[in-house]
Amino acid sequence: MTAAAGTAVVAGDAGARVRWVGFLTIVRREFNRILRIWGQTIVPPAITATLYFIIFGSLIGRRIGQMDGFDYMQYIAPGLIMMSVITNSFGNVVSSFFGAKFGKHIEELLVSPLPNWLIVLGYVAGGVLRGLLVGALVTGVALFFTRLPVHHPVLILGSVVLTSIVFSLGGFFNAIFAKNFEQISWFPTFVLTPLTYLGGVFYSISLLPDWAERLSYANPILYMVNAFRYGFLGTSDVDVTSAFLVTAGAAVAMFAVVVTLMNRGTGIRE
Amino acid sequence: MKALSIQGLAKTYGNGVQALKGIDLDVEEGDFFALLGPNGAGKTTAIGIITSLVTKTSGSVRVFGHDIDSDLERAKSCIGLVPQEINFNQFEKVFTIVVNQAGFYGIPRKQARERAEKYLHQLQLWDKRDSIARALSGGMKRRLMIARALVHEPKLLILDEPTAGVDIEIRRSMWTFLSDINRGGTTIILTTHYLEEAENLCRDVAIIDRGRIIEHDTMANVIRKLHQETFVLNFRDPLRSVPDLPGYAARLVDDHTIEVDVSKEHSLNEIFARLSAAGIDVVSMRNKVNRLEELFMRLVETGGASAGGAA
Repeated sequence: MTAAAGTAVVAGDAGARVRWVGFLTIVRREFNRILRIWGQTIVPPAITATLYFIIFGSLIGRRIGQMDGFDYMQYIAPGLIMMSVITNSFGNVVSSFFGAKFGKHIEELLVSPLPNWLIVLGYVAGGVLRGLLVGALVTGVALFFTRLPVHHPVLILGSVVLTSIVFSLGGFFNAIFAKNFEQISWFPTFVLTPLTYLGGVFYSISLLPDWAERLSYANPILYMVNAFRYGFLGTSDVDVTSAFLVTAGAAVAMFAVVVTLMNRGTGIRE
Repeated sequence: MKALSIQGLAKTYGNGVQALKGIDLDVEEGDFFALLGPNGAGKTTAIGIITSLVTKTSGSVRVFGHDIDSDLERAKSCIGLVPQEINFNQFEKVFTIVVNQAGFYGIPRKQARERAEKYLHQLQLWDKRDSIARALSGGMKRRLMIARALVHEPKLLILDEPTAGVDIEIRRSMWTFLSDINRGGTTIILTTHYLEEAENLCRDVAIIDRGRIIEHDTMANVIRKLHQETFVLNFRDPLRSVPDLPGYAARLVDDHTIEVDVSKEHSLNEIFARLSAAGIDVVSMRNKVNRLEELFMRLVETGGASAGGAA
């Protein structure tokens, strides 16, 4: 070993440039992780989506006929895309952030001059990237089975990005409190999956009994799926403006909660 | 300027354990500083608070004048940390780990790659740059953490047991490396259980025990406080009994070796003169234990109460 140059330099003020470089570094690291373990991050959702389209869309869907004036396959396609976006955005952040806690390499970020809100944004950007990547892949799979009209592209993009942000933050929230690997599956198993399946992915809530229809309005995923479906098909069970407000409100509220928890050191600092 | 200034720092964990009971500590810029103490004394807690991995209960910490309560980002940008436990992503490549760490400090990609190359070369890890980190040996992992801590060229480098479990050859090369870094202007705070390491490298020392600083002085002054040392003498020819050394407590270890307690008031010359007069040839002499270790044990045993009289 030889001597270092020895000219110690303060990394400088943690100004905008430092933060921007730091943010890009987190996003690059997250994206590389997604690609490095593609067998866990990209392939399974594509296989699952293909099975959904074959079983629910092609085999069972033919017997169901039309829903809201569309072939059943067309009707469920946006819901299935959104479902994959939700689960993958959530899954990416919960596994990556908890893995960083478990392996202690979260300390690399905690000792750095990056503020907590930026660390959260970096992980969320990674979750959104995976959500969009898998969403695009599932859309490609859907196009093998059905034709997807595009009613409002801006709404499609807006709703998918906002939803992905919300569930990436959800993954972060789960990872903050998780103390072992078992606990990172609790929220997806007991909350996320039921809400997704009951969130109008496979049916219009107008088919439900009154009480169930009214109860469905309390499910935030209903708004996200319907806003996204409206972007493709121009049909929705809920008011699209309300859907966007609910989703954007959830994103802002969850961001505030997660950053507050980080600032308190919950789950990451003793 | 003070590289580190700590006042009244206290930490009580959620389980009620008081790890720090209001410590005061100053480290001057450019110093090579040893923070010593037995396991559970509070060293790692103090380092955790300085680097913001642990939240403090009370007190203040300033790093190069930046208060961690009001100017945390600037304070953190001054520090490089080599923690006690391995804390990099073991599934990432060595080069990626170092480059990413530079990115977290806002160093642009191109410059980060150059710096990573420089420090991986200096720490003899360049050949391993494309290896997955978990494939490295224990000593290489320690050196990787040093390269990672240096990549943003911090003004204050904190090393928490950096040579634990490292073989003597690597340990000695790390000492040389750290001394050179220090000569280059980087302030270093070192915790270690190898007290020989601290005595050889560090100019100033603080000893912490049960959450309190029980000694804080220059290394030379601390060593001077050791009133008595035990020397081991080896002889050329076998002895049947302890040689006659009036005024000294001497014990026969084996037929070629004795131990002699020598207080500050006595002289080694006197011992040699007596042995020489008795026709006994001394072939080697060494301290029974490291001097700092001896003092450290006495201080810790007495809680620092008789630091000056560590005899």
